Amino acid sequence: MLEVKDLRLTLNGNPILREINLEVRKGEIHTILGVNGAGKSSLAYCLMGSEGYRPQKGEIRFLGKDITGLSISERARMGLTLAWQESARFEGLSAREYLSLGMENRKDEERINHALELVALNPKEFLVRAVDKTLSGGERKRIELASVIAMGPKLAILDEPDSGIDMLSLDDILNVIKSMRKEGSTILLITHREEMASISDRVSLMCDGLILKTGKPKEEIDYFKLHCKPCPTHKFPSELEE
Amino acid sequence: MSDYEAMTRAYRRAGGDPQVLRSPECASLIVNKNRILGKRKVEGIRIFQTEELPKGVKITLVTQKGYRIEKPVYLCFGILPERGLQEIYTDVRIADGSSITLIAHCTFPNAVKIKHIMSACVRIGKKAFLGYHETHYHGERGGAEVIPKGKIYIDKGGRLDTSFTLITGRVGKLRIDYEAKAIERAVAELVARVYGKGDDDIWIKEKAILDGPYAKSLIKTRVAVKDRAKTEAIGITEGNAPFSRGHVDCIEIVQGRAKAKALPLVEAKDDRARVTHEAAIGSIDKIQLETIMARGLSKEEAIDVVVKGMLK
Repeated sequence: MLEVKDLRLTLNGNPILREINLEVRKGEIHTILGVNGAGKSSLAYCLMGSEGYRPQKGEIRFLGKDITGLSISERARMGLTLAWQESARFEGLSAREYLSLGMENRKDEERINHALELVALNPKEFLVRAVDKTLSGGERKRIELASVIAMGPKLAILDEPDSGIDMLSLDDILNVIKSMRKEGSTILLITHREEMASISDRVSLMCDGLILKTGKPKEEIDYFKLHCKPCPTHKFPSELEE
Repeated sequence: MSDYEAMTRAYRRAGGDPQVLRSPECASLIVNKNRILGKRKVEGIRIFQTEELPKGVKITLVTQKGYRIEKPVYLCFGILPERGLQEIYTDVRIADGSSITLIAHCTFPNAVKIKHIMSACVRIGKKAFLGYHETHYHGERGGAEVIPKGKIYIDKGGRLDTSFTLITGRVGKLRIDYEAKAIERAVAELVARVYGKGDDDIWIKEKAILDGPYAKSLIKTRVAVKDRAKTEAIGITEGNAPFSRGHVDCIEIVQGRAKAKALPLVEAKDDRARVTHEAAIGSIDKIQLETIMARGLSKEEAIDVVVKGMLK
């Protein structure tokens, strides 16, 4: 579904992404796991086409098409979307309006209600709430996830979907991600928490702008715990094994 | 088409529902230039006097003491021709314990060279309430000059909720100058929302004087300007009495070659008063835009969503 080949991104002379190679298969939950500063969010912005994150080299292919030069809107219309780590707030925009923005039929109330219920927000209360500073960080994050659910993308990139949400809700968030997959979305999950990666089909470890390795969740989580927390070396797995 | 029909059509263009102007349950007033085309009074309004003047109209509205008028009073002011002058002088007295909401639509759909001056003198009695919500439509050519001025006195425990909205079509030249004085435990909320385009010129001055203990005020200004439009928003609050609380909140969004200025001015003359302000001017936040674009909307559509939300 998504192929990334030799992707390189430099910002202000600093290499942020270095020859990233990644494949996300249709229907899977694929996690990018890495410590803070590994370049995970930059990769997400790059994949979505965010301003200032145009790669200097490499190619991003989505559904067989080269999307490297496409705008965010064009990528989104193809079925790719991103839930940002820091959710924006919108004065005067109700949750109903916000959720409907990405929907084909903006008047599909049932779909909007369903999306809110999936993230454990009561539609009766939240449909009319403004997506502004009156919401708590956790509520805003849930609404962000609900808007992705309502859109029903082919591939959803979720950048740290658990940030700002309390520990007790972690299971809820994991269940939401599973539901999204059940409803037909492929998930690219970005996180620094190994507990989040446990629901994945495959995990790619990211460090210092590189994908170190990709494999089954248990192996990669064990590796992450052993070698990445803390990470004193910045070495490739092959170098560590020597 | 009669002037009445033309005005009700123009009323719709300004966002009003003409049905309410015909409803026997609602008080209403329709004025084209200096001619009164329709007027209805309801129970609870003690005096509803109107006088046609050479260049406009004079309106006196007085409520009955202790009477809460449930349905809003609908006002429609406008000038139908391309050119003209309209002066509206209003004297509004909200009697002690009474309550009323006025919903005004000012419409100049064909404005090429129109001048509309509104001068209001308002007194809100003890524990009385006035809601005054004004929506304007100045057509698409930027040929209107609109100068609303208001002096409002709010007695003990009284409350004023007022809003000025001009977000559809062009603005032309706008000069708002409102001043509200609040006495003990009185509350004043003044909100303005304007969207300037072309070479529109917007100047908004709103002032709250908190002269009584526990008086409160909020001045909230939301302006978006694009093209070559310019705006200056001045929000003034004086906290002159103990435990008075005031806040000035101004956000201006600038696009293209437009210019914006915000001048919040807060002053406290009592060490137990608290007056605060926040003002932000800038282009639309990148994350806001990209979040909406990531749902499939174009950049222009995303800007529209953010601006219209802010002005709602």
